[in-house]
Amino acid sequence: MVPYIAKRLLAAVPVLFGLTIIVFLIMAMIPGDPATAILGSYATPENVEKLNRALGLDKSLPQQYLIWLGNLLQGDLGRSYTLNRPVLDEVLERFSATLILAGAALLICSLAGLLAGIVSAVRQYGWADKIITVLVLVGISTPSFWLGLLLILIFSVSLRWLPVSGMYAIYGGGDLPDLLYHLTLPALTLSAVATGVIARLTRTAMLEVLRQDYIRTARAKGLKESRVIGKHAFKPALVNIVPVIGIQAGFVIGGAVYIETVFQWPGIGSMLVTAISTRDLLLVQGGVLVVAAAYVLFNLVADVVQTLLDPRLR
Amino acid sequence: MSAGTATAGKAARRRSARPGSLRLILNNTLATGGLVVLVLICLVAVAAPILPLPDPDVTAPASRLAPVFSAGHWLGTDHLGRDLLSRLIWGTRVSLAVGFFATLIAAIFGSLLGLTAGYAGGRWDNGIMRGIDLVMAFPYILLALAIVAVLGPGLLNALYAISLVNIPFFARNIRGITLGLSRREFVDAARLAGKSPVQVLFTELLPNVMPVIVITMSTTVGWMILETAGLSFLGLGAQPPQADLGSMLGEGRKLLFTAPHLSMIPGLMIFALVMSINLLGDGIRDVLDPRLRAGSLTRPVARTEVMREQPVPAQADGQAVLEVAGLRTEFHIGSSIYKAVGGVDLRLAEGECLGIVGESGSGKSVTALSVMGLVATPPGRITGGTAWLEGEDLFAASDERVRQLRGSAVAYIFQDPLSTLHPLFTVGDQLVEAIETHSDVPREMARKRAAELLALVRIPNPRQRLAAYPHELSGGMRQRVCIAMALANDARVLIADEPTTALDVTVQSQILVLMEELRRQRNAAILFITHDFGIVSAICDRVAVMYAGRVVETGRTEELLLNPRHPYTARLIDCVPVLGEPERRLEAIPGRPPVVNHLPEGCAFAERCPRSRLDCRQGEIDLVMTGAERGVRCLYPLAAGERA
Amino acid sequence: MSGTMAADRLAEGQTLLEVEEVGRVFGGGRNLFGGHRRALHAVQSMSLEVRRGETLGVVGESGCGKSTLARLIVGLDLPSAGRIVFDGADLVEMARKDRRALSRRVQYVFQDPVASLNPRKTIREILEAPLKHLGRLDGAARERRLGELLQAVNLAPEFLERYPHEFSGGQAQRIGIARALAAEPELIVLDEPVSALDVSVQAQVLNLLEELKGRFGLTYIFISHDLSVVESVSDRVAVMYFGRLAELGPAQAVFSRPLHPYTRLLMQSVPAPGRHRLVAEDAAGELPDPYDPPPGCAFAARCPRQQERCLAERPRPDTATGQSAAHHAACHYPLPQA
Repeated sequence: MVPYIAKRLLAAVPVLFGLTIIVFLIMAMIPGDPATAILGSYATPENVEKLNRALGLDKSLPQQYLIWLGNLLQGDLGRSYTLNRPVLDEVLERFSATLILAGAALLICSLAGLLAGIVSAVRQYGWADKIITVLVLVGISTPSFWLGLLLILIFSVSLRWLPVSGMYAIYGGGDLPDLLYHLTLPALTLSAVATGVIARLTRTAMLEVLRQDYIRTARAKGLKESRVIGKHAFKPALVNIVPVIGIQAGFVIGGAVYIETVFQWPGIGSMLVTAISTRDLLLVQGGVLVVAAAYVLFNLVADVVQTLLDPRLR
Repeated sequence: MSAGTATAGKAARRRSARPGSLRLILNNTLATGGLVVLVLICLVAVAAPILPLPDPDVTAPASRLAPVFSAGHWLGTDHLGRDLLSRLIWGTRVSLAVGFFATLIAAIFGSLLGLTAGYAGGRWDNGIMRGIDLVMAFPYILLALAIVAVLGPGLLNALYAISLVNIPFFARNIRGITLGLSRREFVDAARLAGKSPVQVLFTELLPNVMPVIVITMSTTVGWMILETAGLSFLGLGAQPPQADLGSMLGEGRKLLFTAPHLSMIPGLMIFALVMSINLLGDGIRDVLDPRLRAGSLTRPVARTEVMREQPVPAQADGQAVLEVAGLRTEFHIGSSIYKAVGGVDLRLAEGECLGIVGESGSGKSVTALSVMGLVATPPGRITGGTAWLEGEDLFAASDERVRQLRGSAVAYIFQDPLSTLHPLFTVGDQLVEAIETHSDVPREMARKRAAELLALVRIPNPRQRLAAYPHELSGGMRQRVCIAMALANDARVLIADEPTTALDVTVQSQILVLMEELRRQRNAAILFITHDFGIVSAICDRVAVMYAGRVVETGRTEELLLNPRHPYTARLIDCVPVLGEPERRLEAIPGRPPVVNHLPEGCAFAERCPRSRLDCRQGEIDLVMTGAERGVRCLYPLAAGERA
Repeated sequence: MSGTMAADRLAEGQTLLEVEEVGRVFGGGRNLFGGHRRALHAVQSMSLEVRRGETLGVVGESGCGKSTLARLIVGLDLPSAGRIVFDGADLVEMARKDRRALSRRVQYVFQDPVASLNPRKTIREILEAPLKHLGRLDGAARERRLGELLQAVNLAPEFLERYPHEFSGGQAQRIGIARALAAEPELIVLDEPVSALDVSVQAQVLNLLEELKGRFGLTYIFISHDLSVVESVSDRVAVMYFGRLAELGPAQAVFSRPLHPYTRLLMQSVPAPGRHRLVAEDAAGELPDPYDPPPGCAFAARCPRQQERCLAERPRPDTATGQSAAHHAACHYPLPQA
């Protein structure tokens, strides 16, 4: 197993490397003068000139990339001109907030999705299955940003149960209960779509597995039905679901862009939206890079978990 | 050939009975609902220019923020006094168009990449898929954001971004399908028929991939609409004064507390649109996906449904370990009823081996599975007869009682040992589980017993092999494990369903010798299902020959093989080549077995039988017992030594 | 079925196909990081020839390389070593340069009749493909030929407009045979043509193949795992084990006086009606690891006649000869010829 994990980690290196190339190329494709773009349209010609040299823009593209990569490896992602602070500091601070939100959402959607999917499969065509199927359809058809607004109107404005926005109370907040209090609505909203997707997939995967010959063998052995479902059917289904949870992590992190905007959560998503509209491109670049790297690592974990579950993949 | 033309008529009937795709979609209420809503929305959106609507972009500060149902403004007005209904309809138009074109672009480029990678394989595949993996390494929306950041906000740029990030999704899906298809034999056949690679790709593969492309498209359109709406919501898509549903929602959000209808109405519209598309998409998927169409994705319940229509027959022989009487098992698929087993009687004495011989579709396996209720329900159900296990009516027993008997009193050995062993658990785990289910022994004892069982079936190094996974063993070894598992609890009856069919001939004889030895050692009765008279000769004391769901002949093995009395038995023996007799001419049986949902009256074999007369095709023909163990279901049976 | 007399007559038939020291290795080479990939030798130094008008049976168990050999002969796969000569021309060269020229002369019938028909094509489209791409017929002549083909395999003409899923296995296999016949080939490779069929239908197809062979003057390579079927159709038989030739000779000689202990084991393992006793080896009887083949005889580990020499030295295909020179086996200690 250890050699396998090592091999997988090694295989992630070229992917991470490829990510940097793509991000670099995207930024290199920006029309117009990058220095002007970075400094904004009010920059003086001297400053533009200076920055161009500092960024090495008088060099060839591969050379520029190597310089950029060298800086990146030293943790230098440049300075955000709108915030006037190092990009890395800002990105890491924002990213921790996003991790809390996305992590909570991922936990909710994995648990709820798996549970709903199993119930739906085991009670196929029954009432529970029908209700879950409709809920799943509603879940994946609802725009999450609208769902967020709807939940705010209901739970914050009308019922006054939960806060409208933010991560902590402005006065006296900061402890865990306060965080959870603020986290509930955004995390639920963010998990809605992914829960639907996972529930749907779990149902199909379970139905598929339940038709396999080895399930018939398990029953022919005289196993209790709960064991047939919970052990013999669930494990192979999980093998197919784990990579999808990995993919859903990407959707959840991406969806955080909307949810953070709606709930004014101080995460990396709302930072990116602001950075794009203010054209703070170094900040965009840093944010995209860090989130993508985290996502690659998460998928690596999903891969390893899948391999742990299925000996045939080793 | 007469049988050929006869079956052609049948095929034609079946085809006309098969409903078209649209009909199937309309049969699905939810999908129909989705279709109706979607068509309505599309019609209104398309008709927007000719509808009597105010200009969606004309501001009227005087009548700003009018509530819903205001005079002249059904849905009210926004913060600039623009008519919300008009903006909603025009916005829907934009959202629909963007979602549709984004899907189309992603589908075309993604499918081309996927087809190429899947069919060309090798370096092409590697190159394309590494690139795809790289793009997929970005969280989906993030990449779209980055692209919009570069291209600048705007509806077209959002469209490009969304279709670009969806290309990998299509490419991956299509590549997987193409790869699987290009290994199929019909692709080789097309190459041998002289088709060039490009011809193979577009005339052989594409028609088979097309349904998958359509399914993927129909399930992504909704998602694409959501995503473009999302970018517009963030202010990165449609730019004012132009509006799509997302940007309306984004603008409305700023007045969430004072004028909630500004954000709620466009949101509701997006939801209705996407929901209707998803409902329809699911309907399309269900129709085009052959697995779903066949209804095969239904979950079999723990035990076959028993709905006996006739009174339970009385037990005839108190001595038998297992006795099956009047067993009827049917499959209800759609409107047709397949009578897989149509009244089978069997008797199995202690330590005896009874062979059930038949071709595929004769009902031999279903008979075997019915005994312990292992026929999948749906679509199977037992509609008549019973099985007595030492005097106990198995079909009347409770679920819990049947579960206790499974694997203890009656154990099964199935055909393909690779698919019947669980791939994710070690051989040891599976054996220990079989032991622990029926006896209360400590784990260590169970493991010891498991190793003993492996030794019993002659597996070398049994202790080490406990830790092996099924895929690490050869076919023969796997089948030995299955036999060991069946023996775990001293079963009185072993039901072996073609246990050697998937094995090589030398391994088959190893397994047969092993089963024969174990039977003598343990005095277990065996019900042995096979299609091979050679195997029957080797291991069975008695035989029952099945045809079209019924036993047509039964008797002691040597006697039945030497003097078959039913013409079917005789011809079945004659049409198989026998080693050492290459000069014998093979007498083929003309035609093919009847389909069990259209059984003819009288003898099911009459159509293929050279001896059939008029009365063979009328009424019930009984199994006439001519001795204690000998019986034949034929009005004009063969005399001893006579040839069919 | 073909008798001894026919076999004698054919013994003088000229050579149509020659397989010389052919090998096929899958995998191997180096991977991206420079590590060795494991090589699987599916077929190794295989030599045999096929004479015009005969049926050569190839028999062996799963993993013996018989299907790989079949794919090499029809040019669906290319050998890693050795030569294949068809009627004096280099077949591998033909497969590489002009596949159509090869497909006009050598055709193939697949094991799984239903999987070998494209589910989205009508029978007409399936049968027209070889006529269009390999033949030189115009529209009317093609139509006539379609009718002839269907008639040759005993199918009704109205089947042309139907789709494969409407056919039973036996009917689908007839269509597969008709497709192979369409290009009017000289040699047809039949890869387990009846294994997927029900026993009562097998005989129909076997009899049809026999009839077509006489009618069109065909040469068959008949590949199967079923000894009794091979015995009943073949003039000569090649027994394969673990990618190599174990025994080759006239069918009658091989089956009545086998030289190789493996051939005898195969024959004793086949259950036959009326035969009660089965002979089986111990559980150890398994194939060696294909990624790590033994240096000596691959069958040695299972062989009751095994000696030290068998483990150390690999026998050549003609190490042992039977009563005629045409019958030989790869065995150091062949079975005595009674």
